[in-house]
Amino acid sequence: MVNLKINNTPVQVEEGTTILDAAKQLNFRIPTLCNHPDLSVAGNCRVCVVEVKGARLLAASCATPVSEGMEVNTNSEKVRIARKHVLELLLSEHNADCTKCFKNGHCELQQLASEYRYGDHIFIDLVKTGDKVLDISSPSITKDASKCIRCQRCVRTCTELQAVSALAVVHKGDHQTISTFLGKPLNDVVCTNCGQCINRCPTGALYERNYIEDVWHAIYDPNKFVVVETAPATRVALGEDLGIETGQRVTGKMVSALRKMGFNKVLDTDFTADLTILEEGTELLTRLKKALVDKDETVKLPMMTSCSPGWVKFQEHMFPELLDNLSSCKSPQQMFGALAKTYYADKINIKAENMVVVSIMPCTAKKFECNRSEMRDSGFKDVDYVLTTRELAMMIKQAGIEFDKLEDESYDSILGESTGAAVIFGTTGGVMEAALRTAYEIITGVEVPFTNLNIKPVRGMEGVKEASIKIKNTKPEWSFLEGVELNVAVAHGLANAKQLMEAVNSGKTNYHFIEVMGCPGGCIGGGGQPIPTSAEIRKRRAEAIYAEDMGKAVRKSHENPEVAEVYKEYLTHPLGHKSHELLHTHYKARKRY
Amino acid sequence: MTNTEVLIKELVEKHGRTRNALMPVLQGVVACEKFLSEAAMIAVARELDLSAADVYGTASFYTFLDTKPRGKNIVRVCKTISCHMQGKEEIIKAIENHLKVKVGETSHDNKFTLLTANCLGWCHKGPVMLINDEVFPSITPEKAIAIIEEFSKKSN
Repeated sequence: MVNLKINNTPVQVEEGTTILDAAKQLNFRIPTLCNHPDLSVAGNCRVCVVEVKGARLLAASCATPVSEGMEVNTNSEKVRIARKHVLELLLSEHNADCTKCFKNGHCELQQLASEYRYGDHIFIDLVKTGDKVLDISSPSITKDASKCIRCQRCVRTCTELQAVSALAVVHKGDHQTISTFLGKPLNDVVCTNCGQCINRCPTGALYERNYIEDVWHAIYDPNKFVVVETAPATRVALGEDLGIETGQRVTGKMVSALRKMGFNKVLDTDFTADLTILEEGTELLTRLKKALVDKDETVKLPMMTSCSPGWVKFQEHMFPELLDNLSSCKSPQQMFGALAKTYYADKINIKAENMVVVSIMPCTAKKFECNRSEMRDSGFKDVDYVLTTRELAMMIKQAGIEFDKLEDESYDSILGESTGAAVIFGTTGGVMEAALRTAYEIITGVEVPFTNLNIKPVRGMEGVKEASIKIKNTKPEWSFLEGVELNVAVAHGLANAKQLMEAVNSGKTNYHFIEVMGCPGGCIGGGGQPIPTSAEIRKRRAEAIYAEDMGKAVRKSHENPEVAEVYKEYLTHPLGHKSHELLHTHYKARKRY
Repeated sequence: MTNTEVLIKELVEKHGRTRNALMPVLQGVVACEKFLSEAAMIAVARELDLSAADVYGTASFYTFLDTKPRGKNIVRVCKTISCHMQGKEEIIKAIENHLKVKVGETSHDNKFTLLTANCLGWCHKGPVMLINDEVFPSITPEKAIAIIEEFSKKSN
């Protein structure tokens, strides 16, 4: 342990603790911008400087470990003047058009500026201008270099968490910028649209392409029938942007708010998550049968999940040789859109061309996904607009709805019923757990051998998780699986996914099924979720997901009565003709730069 | 495989596939091709399992790792203060007139690209000119053109 004094208050902390963290223990807040709990230390923004007695220069508290007998002042005159200058220098290259900015009210730089109340700018204006400043090429992410303070959180996110490095620091000195390869448009490079950079950008330099006005426009149009679907992870995070504590479930309030906003039907992506399990589970069993019984060597194993569009695009860029391993299932969002504009539109007597499908997602990559040319199997754009959890929160505020006072309401039917297995799609390991609950029971006729159906080995925040389940006492038609050890792996965050894919490519693994979610923690940590994010926040959202699962009457996808009804009335059976037409897709190799 | 890809494979064989190899590999490409093309940066990224943006980030940091097409010979005139005070502007004008290019451009015959450079460490003998890796101190406009003419003949 190390003893030191911060602002004359003695404190004892573990060796290696930074001054910043030591100060936190004493409830002294030191402002930061480039520092982020999920990322490596950069120490480049300098707003966290403090005075250390005996040191010639001020120290960046985020990058300086404590030492025995250290005396730190976090608010001396020297510190205040330096911090003021640092902030003003940052602001001198920041386009502070705050009232027009999408991050208005959610900007860390704006927050600091409002705390420090500096008057006139004393430094010359260095805000970037010109036609290359704003990149709106991507349907998911907008990049505005005029807001960038070059803290490099986005670069570290893209490299350390996602192993994509679509963004890098280029050029030097006053020419230094955060750029893609050769400054190409974001939509043309290796970017997976995961939006993790947005979650960590302290300013409005990176934000989601927003479709708020388009959705209001559709709602107000009397000729449009607007259907909304909500992803699993939105219900455990939306409250954070609406004054409710982290980790609180707001499913019923969210449904109520959507109805009050004027959506014609409030339905659930969880419904198609259950449907995904039936399609994907059947696909897995079919692949296993072909591989083990028919000895068909063209069948690709391990099969990999395909519900995370960031992960799918990652594979298309980085591991095109493994594209046939991806399940052909569309994501639940897209299955929903395809069914809504066919089966559902017919059922409720609405013309598909008059239907607008809006999806509420914890995700920015979903915006790209709904714009993929393959996603028009209904004959129309299956999903018209994707809103992030954050955008929905903004719309709820715009509508003047007092969210915390809303009564809980239930989803409309049909395409609104879901099981606990669908809810857990929202967190890492959830798709795997849902699939195992169903697949095991299809094969053996009995429930998975885990207490309360909780398959603990695939849960938690470890980067790559593995599990094996021995299949025993199979039904006669699945006898080829008798005694088979089903090996599965789960990864979240693309850096972990990359590591797992390299292992698969090495040929040293024997997995049958792999789940990958593109974002750290899975969708609960998605790029469209409320900001900020941290390991603690993601943990609490995941706990809420599992609580929601436990609270569901039905917790296995194949027991969802509405799913059974849709198969009976329309789809006939998993992997059937209609399913192939509407619920499955294909992938394409993309350039890696 | 293109010539560039073959070259990069050879460089990677020599320098290895770790990130440490990035600089020598890029320098090797520039030594042969005078600049790093888009295709070259992509190929280097693939060989070293880096992102292309990362490679571009490194290349763009270093003035001598050009990412724009360059002529067979690269003429650099020091632009910093000592050489400025000793008349680098006259040198640049003379070369511009002689080669019919502006700073940053490449002559029509592709023999020369004219650039400026930051301090080359020859402040006591300015103005100084660098052609490829060769230093020419204490130059005058006339000397500069004579030297360039010699290089021109050699490049035929």
